[in-house]
Amino acid sequence: MPESLPPFLIFYVVALLALPARGILRTVLMLSAPVLGAWCVWQTPEGSYGVLQVLQFELTLHRVDRLATLFGYLFNLAAFIAFVYALHVRDRVQQTASILYAGSALGAVYAGDLITLFVFWEMLALTSVFLVWARRTDRAYRSGMRYLIIQVLSGLLLLGGVIAYAADGNSLSFDYIGLEGFASWLILLAFGIKCAFPFMHNWLTDAYPESTPTGTVFLSAFTTKVAVYALARAFPGTELLVYVGATMATFPIFFAVIENDLRRVLAYSLINQVGFMVVGIGIGTALAINGAVSHAFNDVIFKGLLFMSMGAVLYRTGKINGSELGGLYKTMPKTTVLCIVGAASISAFPLFSGFVSKSMVMSAALANDFHIVWLLLLFASAGVFHHAGIKIPYFAFFAHDSGIRTQEAPTNMLVAMSLAAALCITIGVFPDFLYRLLPYDTGYNPYDATHVLAQTQLLFFSALAFVWLNLRGMYPPELPSTNLDADWLYRRLAPSVIGHTASMVARWDAGMRSSGRLVLVRAAQLVNRHHSPGGFLARTWSTGSAVFWVVAILAVYLLLFAVGDGMALR
Amino acid sequence: MKDEKTYFFDRPENVARLLRVFYGVCIILAVLDFVIHRHVYHAWENLWLFYPIYGFVGCVLLVLVAKWMRTFLMRDESYYEDLERARTDSSGDSRDA
Repeated sequence: MPESLPPFLIFYVVALLALPARGILRTVLMLSAPVLGAWCVWQTPEGSYGVLQVLQFELTLHRVDRLATLFGYLFNLAAFIAFVYALHVRDRVQQTASILYAGSALGAVYAGDLITLFVFWEMLALTSVFLVWARRTDRAYRSGMRYLIIQVLSGLLLLGGVIAYAADGNSLSFDYIGLEGFASWLILLAFGIKCAFPFMHNWLTDAYPESTPTGTVFLSAFTTKVAVYALARAFPGTELLVYVGATMATFPIFFAVIENDLRRVLAYSLINQVGFMVVGIGIGTALAINGAVSHAFNDVIFKGLLFMSMGAVLYRTGKINGSELGGLYKTMPKTTVLCIVGAASISAFPLFSGFVSKSMVMSAALANDFHIVWLLLLFASAGVFHHAGIKIPYFAFFAHDSGIRTQEAPTNMLVAMSLAAALCITIGVFPDFLYRLLPYDTGYNPYDATHVLAQTQLLFFSALAFVWLNLRGMYPPELPSTNLDADWLYRRLAPSVIGHTASMVARWDAGMRSSGRLVLVRAAQLVNRHHSPGGFLARTWSTGSAVFWVVAILAVYLLLFAVGDGMALR
Repeated sequence: MKDEKTYFFDRPENVARLLRVFYGVCIILAVLDFVIHRHVYHAWENLWLFYPIYGFVGCVLLVLVAKWMRTFLMRDESYYEDLERARTDSSGDSRDA
């Protein structure tokens, strides 16, 4: 039964088959996986397939419902675009890791139970870290190590949570969990790490910009969106998430404004966008959930497009810092235009994809009386336009001319970017294509005069602020720098605390050892002095002196006796 | 640089033209606020020019606060690498000793 074929299996098999392949065969094989995968998604009606009995557990490898189908299409689509983008790469490690990684994301989406979810949760970590290491620099190696540790930690928390959850007598099927009891907190924390909740977000801003030009495109598509999917399934309507999401939407934009590495700017803006999704899941109404998952759908495509355009810049110039770039529109005009389409989409300009999904979350926030959150999201919307919509294209392609003269991105990259850009505009103009796939039917229409005018005003006057600050010379210049973030806690504070404690213990230990050794040495010296040849106790005594000492001892004895006796008499 | 073709934004008058168009659109959008009737969900939306002002002020504040954050968050580009190097060097030394 081909329709019950779990999509992850297609990718895993293709990864194996493509290993020895080269040339056209390799291209066909790689692109066949997402095409076949999408066909499977289209063919498979709702239901549970691939049910296995392992020990006393019933595992469901392939559970299909509306939510899973939406993400199924999304991940196949994202994989297809990213494979096209990476076709020029001749690196078996990256090739295999990226196919397995995309397959694992699909595995997690179709997991019908928490154990299967855990397995693919860990597979996501294990396969994606090779995309970071594939850069083959010392920095990338260290960064990948930190990434792997944090991702595996998330997996362990999930496993612990699942065990505790089962021990409480709950079913292991991967459905609504809700925030009740210790086990659910563990599971939420595991999801939260992968979702880049505040203070758990630095694995993303640390590792993504260290990956290869093509690797980052894959990374940006899957891990966080699997986490959003898991949250949408297990914790919809959890109010805490509204505030967590609002924090995620706002704080990264400050870091994005002062960050120099343009792919790190995008990593911060990724957290900002995921923040909108988390708010939507937290609100939990039909409109909000629709907004969250459709925004995830759009974000994968427009954020992928932005990462692709920056990847093309890095690939062609070998540079990615805003301080070293500028004026590239002269030699990479097509990439420039495609990047601007991505920038307009992430900024949620009317007629671009971000607008039709983000506005749902905003409307839901207002409709459910989260007024402060709504204001924060509005600020975040203006901010994302500022740092991702303007800063990225401006500093890479315009600004001051860096004097770099390069050439246009390779054809396969341009094709992949054009596909993504076409999707951004199509979904923006005809949102019904996307709305039809959403879990709920809400009859929402983003294109009324109120929304369009409000959003356009907000964006144009944000742009006016940029222009004004620039003309006044108040806009912070791009500077080569590292900005401290929460990772300072584990990259600077913890090692130095551990280092200090260890060195204190070592010093104390060394002190004890050396004083002990000194006592022993002194004692040995003493014994040695008295017993060695010529020592006091080893001397041969003359009879005269021996008699003298005997008399002396007797005299002392007598004296003591006399004193003791006298005391007794008194 | 041999390639000295003049590109679009190399001419200041083109930049000025673009900015004039941009300012024009901003003014039109501000005027539309008084023309188009909108459905209001939040009391603040009734304020005149709420969205334009919120966007402009929000972004200016964003940039100024971010700039101020640089004063205590900014470190050298190789900050963490230097730390890591210092750490490996010192542990190397203690092993040698």
